Amino acid sequence: MLNFTIRRLILAVPVLIFIGLIIFLLLELAPGDPMAQVPLTVPPEVKERMREALGLGEPVHIRFVKWLQQFFIVEPMYMIDGLFGTDFADGKQRIISWQTRSPVMDIVAQRIPQTLWVIGMSYVVGILIALPIGIYSAYRQYSWFDQIGTFVSMIGFSVPTFFTGVLLIVIFSVNLGWFPSIYDTTHVVKDWESFTFQMRQMAMPVFVLALYNAAQISRFMRASMLDNLNQDYVRTARAKGLTEKTVVLAHVLRNSMIPVITVIALGVPQVFGGAIITEQVFKVNGLGQLLITAIQANDLPMVQTLTFIFAILIVLFNLIADVLYGVLDPRIRYD
Amino acid sequence: MNLKTTLLGAAAAFALAPMAMAERGADGQVNIIYWQAPSIMTPYLSGGTKDLEAASLVIEPLARYDQDGNMVPWLVESVPTVANGGVSEDLKSVTWKLKPGLKWSDGSALTSADVKFTWEYCTAEGGGCAQSEKYNDVVAVETPDELTAIVKFGVSKPFPYGPFVGAQAPIIQAAQFAECLGPKAPECTDANFAPIGTGPFTVTDFRPNDVVQLVANDHYRDANKPAFATVTLKGGGDATAAGRSVLETGEFDYAWNLQLAPDVLANMASAGKGQVVSGFGTLVERIMVNFTNVDPALGDKRGTIGEPHPYLTDINVRKALSMAIDRELLVEIGYGDAGRPTCNVLPAPAIYASTANDACLVQDIEGSKALLDEAGWVVGSDGIRAKDGVRLSMLYQTSTNAVRQDFQALIKQWWGEIGVETELRNIDASVFFGSDPGSPDTFQKFFADVEMYANNFDGTDPESYMANWECKQAPQPENQWQGNNMPRFCDEGYDELVAKMAVTGDINERAEMAKAMNDMLMQNYVMIPLVDRGRVSAHSNTLGGVILNTWDSELWNAADWHRTE
Amino acid sequence: MTEQITNANDIPDEAPRNQWWDVWAQFRTHKGAMIGAVFFILMVLAMLLGPTIWNIEPTFIDIRARNQGPTFAHPFGTDQLGRDILARMLSGGRISMAVGLTAMAIALLLGTFIGVIAGYFKKLDGPLMRLTDLFLALPLLPLLLVIIMLFREPLSAAFGPEGGIFVLMVSAIGITSWMQTARIVRGDVLALKEREFVLAARSIGTSPTHMITRHVLPNVMSPIMVSATLGIANAIITESALSFLGLGFPPDFPTWGRLLFDGVDYLQQYPERVLWPGLAISLTVLSVNYVGDGLRDALDPRIRGR
Repeated sequence: MLNFTIRRLILAVPVLIFIGLIIFLLLELAPGDPMAQVPLTVPPEVKERMREALGLGEPVHIRFVKWLQQFFIVEPMYMIDGLFGTDFADGKQRIISWQTRSPVMDIVAQRIPQTLWVIGMSYVVGILIALPIGIYSAYRQYSWFDQIGTFVSMIGFSVPTFFTGVLLIVIFSVNLGWFPSIYDTTHVVKDWESFTFQMRQMAMPVFVLALYNAAQISRFMRASMLDNLNQDYVRTARAKGLTEKTVVLAHVLRNSMIPVITVIALGVPQVFGGAIITEQVFKVNGLGQLLITAIQANDLPMVQTLTFIFAILIVLFNLIADVLYGVLDPRIRYD
Repeated sequence: MNLKTTLLGAAAAFALAPMAMAERGADGQVNIIYWQAPSIMTPYLSGGTKDLEAASLVIEPLARYDQDGNMVPWLVESVPTVANGGVSEDLKSVTWKLKPGLKWSDGSALTSADVKFTWEYCTAEGGGCAQSEKYNDVVAVETPDELTAIVKFGVSKPFPYGPFVGAQAPIIQAAQFAECLGPKAPECTDANFAPIGTGPFTVTDFRPNDVVQLVANDHYRDANKPAFATVTLKGGGDATAAGRSVLETGEFDYAWNLQLAPDVLANMASAGKGQVVSGFGTLVERIMVNFTNVDPALGDKRGTIGEPHPYLTDINVRKALSMAIDRELLVEIGYGDAGRPTCNVLPAPAIYASTANDACLVQDIEGSKALLDEAGWVVGSDGIRAKDGVRLSMLYQTSTNAVRQDFQALIKQWWGEIGVETELRNIDASVFFGSDPGSPDTFQKFFADVEMYANNFDGTDPESYMANWECKQAPQPENQWQGNNMPRFCDEGYDELVAKMAVTGDINERAEMAKAMNDMLMQNYVMIPLVDRGRVSAHSNTLGGVILNTWDSELWNAADWHRTE
Repeated sequence: MTEQITNANDIPDEAPRNQWWDVWAQFRTHKGAMIGAVFFILMVLAMLLGPTIWNIEPTFIDIRARNQGPTFAHPFGTDQLGRDILARMLSGGRISMAVGLTAMAIALLLGTFIGVIAGYFKKLDGPLMRLTDLFLALPLLPLLLVIIMLFREPLSAAFGPEGGIFVLMVSAIGITSWMQTARIVRGDVLALKEREFVLAARSIGTSPTHMITRHVLPNVMSPIMVSATLGIANAIITESALSFLGLGFPPDFPTWGRLLFDGVDYLQQYPERVLWPGLAISLTVLSVNYVGDGLRDALDPRIRGR
């Protein structure tokens, strides 16, 4: 398994560079113009000069190689400098966003806290409620609990967050005044009071996203448990006189985890990708909002860098999922 | 009451500031929400409205426009004119006299060198300055003494108030930006995010596309202003949410540009936490008519001057399309108090507004049908008019925006009533308003029969705006589809008027020419104006001193904002 | 088979019946599935026949009748331009259902195919999963912009304007949402193919095709069914987002997602305007979910007949 992991990690580098190239070409091909948001009152000649100043005049392959070099060499140098106070980077050109004319990585670093707080938390909450619901729904299939769980998760999944989010704001911010409708990204948690404020401003976005995530994961959990509950080994285990708890939670659960692990692992990169609509509705301004504003403004260096970080996480977490398959089911071998 | 207090009172009334002057910073915190988040704090590198408005809290121009479009001195003693000797007789030089004692927020003095530097900064090669058009034809900025800056133009400038006037062209500090000229401009992140300014506030924390935090400027010229100690300018979300946060939950004090359906806005305002303010400028929502043929079968020739449009070149068709529209109803549905029907593409300032075309204000479906009948467009068996095998079937495109889609649906129905078939298309704004020559969906390529969007001009002078419809401004393959003459309208008489206006100094003559150009466009139905769109914003009941200004930044008088009870 | 049996008269009614008959019998006993199926068929019928009975044009604007609540003339009320919401729901449902089902089917077929192949054939696992990684990593919006820029005109030419956009939308949604199914199916197949019954089947020389269709596929049905239900909801919502951005159907073309989207602004004044499309989407997804549940049970021989 270790061999497999190392081999996959090494293989990941060319794969990622290839993915990076495809993304780059895709963004090149996509219609759009970094000057689209400049008002119409600015004449076309001026816009042309602004485009040149962004370096758009250079050929595609040179820009791609430049970007690769900045991403893999210059940015890590700045990171090391920032951590250890060294001076490797020596003022080298970093990846600069077209919109803000500032280093992309600084903005990404700025956005990570709120993304992890809100989106990450909602994912954890979602998983924590989805697993027990999925397990119990399957164990007591067609009970009242199962029926209600099915109904709620279907509503949770099929009603989009742009609606549930606004609905919650209207109820809890406008009518009841319990929670703020706008997330304060500058808020610093330092004492109990600021912590409760943080909890209050996170409550609605976390609820909306957790409902959505839990709906999806609990369906897969339930389906997979149902498949396994009827298997012969379950009968054998019961016949051996094992307690129901051991049978369900040790034997069945372990064998049912493969699709669930896949879904969870696929979801983690999306946590970093942010939840575009929810962030928009609650003004969380995390990575999702960063990506969508960058796409709208055609800020190619920003879009390229963000999607590439996203790609790294996808490759990484899919690898983790593959390793976990082997742990859950030792019969699965990769070599 | 002695003379001094009377004067103070008059000044206060002018600014609508409270009679009892509060101390600087006495009113604590003010929260502003812009649903488009500022991404940089300088208008020179962005040009986006959100960015230049945020920047206007910090950096200021020499003179700016007030809520009525009048020019008011800001960092200078007075606005130079030919009458007061500030503008030379040949219209080639303008002398600005700075107010004495002005300080930057770092405590150093504002001098004419900073003014000169600002010009150098924006015109430096390779800098990609977004406002360089403001500095067109400036050949030198002379600084005879610390408080005097003389702007020299290479040609006569009948309207010499481009440089250093309005929110688009504020003064930046030479010392801070000295290393940021030309290609280095984007590298000065710290300066671009937290410029040193003369305005009422200074930046303490700038998070691009998220939030800006500012504090009162210790060195602001009026010792009692600003009333607020700190400002939070939050960005992101959408207009509905921004309106809600001011009008319904009261979390924010000021929300910018609330382009919402009138009944939605009215419902929000009924919560009683704040009020909606609106003001009119020059923004006109209009339908552009394409004079060229955009049939895909034409291949490379699509949309070029040599291929006339099969039926929109018939003025009767264009006129009929305009007559069939009920502009009053459009306003009622889409804009409410923040819009008024218009028949002109140049609706303001008052001296430029023509009244010759007002007949269009009344919808005339029958007249429109009669006109088409007369012109030989007969209704076919499918209800669509045709002549010589050419059917009146159109593609109508616009950018994605709820109000625009409602307008499309309404207009489609009216045009259906007169026997014109319409297919609708909406395009994402970042593609539609982008000028990527590779994309078929830009508003410049205009691969549709009609398209709808809004446009306006900076400040109060329409010269460059009216020049948009010169022949040479038509977007064509030769100029990579750049240009502002979307209809590809071309008329020698019009071009002559444009050339004449560029050399005419007298304001009344200029007004006559602008009107003549407007009438020419309107009577040829080159475009169909729909709505004169105002700006709508909202502020909470406890925020005083807000004067909505559509000619300059909305935050132009933030120094006068204060808390009321 | 049935023929043979009817010919051999000596074994009458208790004869082994057609397998699908068994499946149907089992399906019928599943109450939720029956209710779901009946409801779903009613919905489809309403969408197909509704517009011919309720013959108000969904795009017809009656400006005097705007923002009306439910009345006899407009049972679901009217929108901000005075368009009849019932008519819009009915014709919108056609598109939403068609897009939802077709896009889901494309994504499912593609995802299942890639998942099974990758899980079963070790050689193809690496390349196919890296392809999946690539698709997961591609930024959706620019990708769709490119697809639409490249293919809109050729498809419009081939299928007519509306047909072209329909093909474009369902394939765009389909090819950008198969990855999750592929990963899940592959994970299950990896575990399945080490099981004893697969080993047994292989030892008697079962061909890979037969192996996949007879032994592997039936055992990964349940995650596929879940993917299918989630996929419909996903496709309906994605379609509305795309149309909203101007990448899909013309703006006056109603779809459920779009009606919901447009209604959100009016949530406080006219809550019923979001209620109808929201309910329609949820109930459709719910009914598909129950049908899926019933099918899964009916197809599982271990449950069938108990």
